[in-house]
Amino acid sequence: MELREIVRECERLYEDLELGSVRRWKEQNAGGRAVGYLPTYVPREILHAAGVLPVGILGAGEQLEIVRGDACFQSYICHLPRSVMELGLSGRLDVLDGMIFPSTCDVIRNLSGIWKLQFPAKYARYFDVPQNFETAVGGAFYERVLRELVDDMGRLTGRPPKECELRRSIRLYNENRRLVRELYELRAREPWRVPASESYLVLRAGMVLPVEEHSQVLREYLDEARAADRKMVDNARVVVTGAFCEQPPITLIRTLERAGCYVVHDDFMLVLRWLGDEVDDSDDPIGALRAAYLGYDEETSSRYVPDGQAKGAKLVEAVRANGAEGVVFAAPSFCDPALLDRPMLQRACDEAGISHTAFKYSENTGQLQPIREQAGTFADTIKLWGEA
Amino acid sequence: MRTAIAREASMDRQKAMIADHFRELARAKEQGRKVVYTFVPGNLTELMLAFDVLPVHPEINALQSGMRKLSGEFIGEAERAGHSEDVCTYVKCDIGMMLKGNIGPTGEKLPEPDLLLLSYTGCFTFMKWFELLREKYRCPVAMLHVPYQADGEITPSMSTYVVQQLERDVIPKLQEVTGKSFDVDRLRELLACSARAEDDLVHVLESAKHRPSPIDAYFGGVYYIGPLFTAFRGTPEAADYYRLLREEVEARLEKGQGPVTPEGILDDERFRLVVEGPPNWTHFREFWKMFYDERAVVVASTYTKVGGVYDTGFRHDPARPLETLAEYCLGCYTNLSLPARVDMIVRYVQEYAADGFVINSIKSCNSFSAGQLVMLRDIEERTRRPGAFIETDLVDPRYFSASNVKNRLESYFQMLSQKQAVQA
Repeated sequence: MELREIVRECERLYEDLELGSVRRWKEQNAGGRAVGYLPTYVPREILHAAGVLPVGILGAGEQLEIVRGDACFQSYICHLPRSVMELGLSGRLDVLDGMIFPSTCDVIRNLSGIWKLQFPAKYARYFDVPQNFETAVGGAFYERVLRELVDDMGRLTGRPPKECELRRSIRLYNENRRLVRELYELRAREPWRVPASESYLVLRAGMVLPVEEHSQVLREYLDEARAADRKMVDNARVVVTGAFCEQPPITLIRTLERAGCYVVHDDFMLVLRWLGDEVDDSDDPIGALRAAYLGYDEETSSRYVPDGQAKGAKLVEAVRANGAEGVVFAAPSFCDPALLDRPMLQRACDEAGISHTAFKYSENTGQLQPIREQAGTFADTIKLWGEA
Repeated sequence: MRTAIAREASMDRQKAMIADHFRELARAKEQGRKVVYTFVPGNLTELMLAFDVLPVHPEINALQSGMRKLSGEFIGEAERAGHSEDVCTYVKCDIGMMLKGNIGPTGEKLPEPDLLLLSYTGCFTFMKWFELLREKYRCPVAMLHVPYQADGEITPSMSTYVVQQLERDVIPKLQEVTGKSFDVDRLRELLACSARAEDDLVHVLESAKHRPSPIDAYFGGVYYIGPLFTAFRGTPEAADYYRLLREEVEARLEKGQGPVTPEGILDDERFRLVVEGPPNWTHFREFWKMFYDERAVVVASTYTKVGGVYDTGFRHDPARPLETLAEYCLGCYTNLSLPARVDMIVRYVQEYAADGFVINSIKSCNSFSAGQLVMLRDIEERTRRPGAFIETDLVDPRYFSASNVKNRLESYFQMLSQKQAVQA
């Protein structure tokens, strides 16, 4: 497929709130199950090994009028759970055989309970990850959580995943993560070849496609992007952070680009990159997933930074490693984790002499002009004065 | 009709205990005492006292700042320092107080922490809060991750995880900070003392099953839980306080008296309510008055369970010191799933013969608030009792609209009144 076609196809998947691709997958895979998951992280390998299609549920963006979802949440709760409820209550998620709610924040946590109250007949699991990273303590707890998930998937499908199937899934996801990393590296190196608005859509396709198909999409996109004749312009290179859960609308990402920013790194859809690409596929697969989780020390707001590690160090490192000139703090309104982190991360940037700007959004933000002006001014400042 | 009363002895006793504690805190550094900041839900007071450290609870400081009308200024200070208007106002109040010199409720400077004991129980924000404080104080953090009771039960895996963290992280850090070794027998003594106080607290809270209720289990309840939820659990002083409180409540019960309000004893209970959610602290008296002016008595509340759920039978057990601490942490109210919270409120409405329930939805507190609208509908459906939904905040005075809250409550009470008239 040509570049435009690939991106157009990914955009179609992004816009398809009816989850048509998931429905088609289930038709083609008799007896196959599909289970949704929310940000930030779930071990998709376990679902895949059991023959379950993991489906990332990231809300409805700006495409859906929220009515029933608003009736579930007060005005000061972020937007993502509203649209997830709207999707659920309108039947758009009926194709899913269950939902997993990771321990991202209090709202996602409570959403797991709301889901159980609203959809008592469907499988719903709160997926607790440890905040203690010692193998014998947090690791042992997490291993038990992983085994519970294995059992759940076995019950859901009637076919508990075998160790060899888990190892195979780990290999497939390692390959997918390797390709995602390649995409990020190419974008950081030559951002004019990989606009963030395109890479976002290509990555977003990984929320609904089987991992094998998504890896193929990534390969094709990478080949086409490398070969594309696209001119470099004098944009400011920025890292976008704070968007690890509720996603900005694609129009917001395009707005940043139109305002003169090359997004060379971001924290969108961390599930695609969590664990790195080196999960051991040779021996005990659950032990390998546990070890990879404990050993992966990237920062995000839902993960505790233990004593001895400097808060914000990873962000500064990402700025340096990706040759960024500034940081755009883009957090969803009412997102406690991202907004409570922000002053600490800004301080880390200040100490490292890194320019930054900040705004809030929601997944259905429509008023983009103020963001365009703010991002444009930020990009101009970087370009005109180097260190603003 | 209200009967004027003299202050009850338990009120003065508690006031003296708190004043003593803050005096000790003010002298802590000169006396070489170690200070540990920690949170109310999942607090490990007995363990801290076994190491002879002085606990400081930032939420308590924030709520006291709210009651003393200082929180608005502190929140503004934090927002000027870069904190978002969207986030928890307890955190901002505490940060603002710190930026303004960390002067505590008694007007004396609070000592800086030697350790931040992050009991990460039922509130995600706690983690961010202590990450913020760690930056400021540059002191160690003992993280205790308490898994969420998503499926309405404490599993052996959860309990083991918490116990292991106590053994391998929390206790070693307390040892390191204090230079003292862990004395399990001392811990057992404190836990035994806790259990006695917990028995009496439950007796007090359950007295509200009588008609008329001798207590208000929300506005009065927040005072009753004070010693047990903060620095005093495990102490003989707390056990004495609860025995005294229990005797006072029993005396009121014998006389058929209602609860004590700021304007005297409420003798003619009209509405019996269950309340979900924390109170507003900036206008606490005004808020309470909206209830007792209508002769509405809160007979059970969930907020009085944030620092421990005791009325379902849990008691700290000295025979299993670390396991009991783990079970305590896991069982705190905001660590319960939404369905379990609904079950609890439904049970309260039924067992306490409530006419209805009120949800005070707190802008600051996602842990409590996210999902309350769904809870409202579920509880109404299951109990066939009407619910009221009001919105305020913990300590941000900008989010307390007295007229709106009063309007809603008055309409609700009118509705209850009509319902009573029809049933009569």
